[in-house]
Amino acid sequence: MRVELDEPKCVASGQCVMVAPDVFDQREDDGVAFLLTEEPEETRLGDVREAVAICPAAAIRLLEP
Amino acid sequence: MSPEIGRVLVVGASAAGLAAAETLRRDGFAGEITLVGAEPQPPYDRPPLSKQILAGQWEADRLALRADEHLADLCLDMRLGVTATGLDVSAREVRLAGGESVGYDALVIATGVRPRRLPGDGAHVLRTLGDALALRQNLGPGKRLVVVGAGFLGAEAAAVARGLGAEVTVLEPAPVPLAHAVGAEVGAVLAQAHLDHGVDLRTGVGVTAVARGGVQLAGGELIAADEVLVAIGSLPNTEWLEDSGLTIDDGVVCDEYCAAAPGVYAAGDVARWYNPLFEASMRIEHRTNAAEQGMAAARNLLDPDSSKPFAPVPYFWSDQYDMKIQAHGYLRGHEEIAVVEGSLADRRFLAAYRTGDRVAGILGVGMPPKAVRPWRQAVATRAPWSSINA
Repeated sequence: MRVELDEPKCVASGQCVMVAPDVFDQREDDGVAFLLTEEPEETRLGDVREAVAICPAAAIRLLEP
Repeated sequence: MSPEIGRVLVVGASAAGLAAAETLRRDGFAGEITLVGAEPQPPYDRPPLSKQILAGQWEADRLALRADEHLADLCLDMRLGVTATGLDVSAREVRLAGGESVGYDALVIATGVRPRRLPGDGAHVLRTLGDALALRQNLGPGKRLVVVGAGFLGAEAAAVARGLGAEVTVLEPAPVPLAHAVGAEVGAVLAQAHLDHGVDLRTGVGVTAVARGGVQLAGGELIAADEVLVAIGSLPNTEWLEDSGLTIDDGVVCDEYCAAAPGVYAAGDVARWYNPLFEASMRIEHRTNAAEQGMAAARNLLDPDSSKPFAPVPYFWSDQYDMKIQAHGYLRGHEEIAVVEGSLADRRFLAAYRTGDRVAGILGVGMPPKAVRPWRQAVATRAPWSSINA
C-alpha cells in the first residue's frame, strides 16, 4: 500500500490524524498534514481508507499495487 | 448484512452522496448502486469555490473529489445532470425528470441545499462551479462588488475579491459577520479584519431586492454595484419529497441513525437528524459533516439491526485573508464564550463556547493543532464548563 498526500490541497482539518495517527501528522505552524510513512503496513489499510474517505479536501490518495 | 438489499439508490452526487456510495463498496456491498446527481459534473468539492476557484488560483479540474479511474472502480450506475422529482416510499421508487422511475431496496437522500435569493434579477449566487466561474470572470481591480450577507460564503468571497483588487461592500443585517455561527465576540474580530482590509462593511443593514445597478436597502436607498453576490443562506432541496410522506422540517427529518423511514436515509446538508452527543436536532451545512454522515448512513443502511447513532463533533473551517478559522462542536445557541489561549486583538486565539453546563464548542484562529486537540476532546466527552477554569 502506498499513500499520497496533496499538501497544497490540505485544509488542516486534522481528520486524518484522528483516524490514523501513526500514518498522518500535522505541521505545528499551519496544521497542514504530512505523512509519517508513505508505505503503511497492510494492517493499516482500513484506517487509511477511512482517512481517504473522510478528508474534507480529497487530498489523500491510496495507491494499491 | 441484510440479504434482501440488492439495489441502493443514492440521490445527490456531491460529498455526502459520494461518501455513501463509496462506503457501501468499501464495506463489501456488491449489489447495484445508482447515483443520481442534478449537476452534469462528476462529484466535485465545493469549499474551494469561494476560495481558490474564485481567486483564480486553481482550475476547475482540481475540484474532482475522486479520480475517474477510482469512480469507475466503484461500478456505479451514475445518472448525472438528472433531477429527482418524486419519491414513493411504499413502492420504493424515485421518479426522475424525464419520467423514468428507479426502484430501490434502500435509499440515501443527499440532495443538499440551494442558495436563498432576493427578489430581482442579475445577482450572483455561489453554490456551483458555474456560479463561481461566472463571478470570477467579473471580478477585478476597480470593480464594485456588493456582497449581501456576511456568513461563511459572503465573508470568504469578500476577502478573495479584495485580494483581486475589487472595491467590496458587505451588507449584513446582524451586528457582526457570522453572528449565528461564531457569536458576537468572535464576529467582532472578523468584522475588524474585513475593515482593516478595506471592505466597506455595513452591519444592521437589510437588503430588500436586487435592483438595476445595485441593491435596494430596506430604507429605499440604492447601493451601486457592478456585481452583486447574494449570500444569505440556503434552503434544503426537499420539494421533490413533498408528497412522499417523509417528515420535512427545514430538511429531511431523521432519527439518530440518519433514518427518515424504513430503508430511507438522509445525509449531508439536506439532513436534519438528532445528534445524541448534543441532545439536539441539527442540520449541518459543513463539508466534513457531508462525508461523515454519508458514511454513517451507508453503514446503518447495510446493517440496520446493528445501527449506530450518528453523534459527531461538527467541524468547520473558513479562510479569510491570512486567517484560518477552525471550530469543533456545536456553537449555535451558546450562552458564553471564554478566550482560553491567545487574544482576540491579536487574531490568534482559542475560544471555548458554553451551552448549559458543558463545553459545547471550541474555535481557534491561528492556533497549532496540538493546542486545539484536547479541546475537541473536551467537547466530544461533554466536559463540564467548570472543568476548564476559564
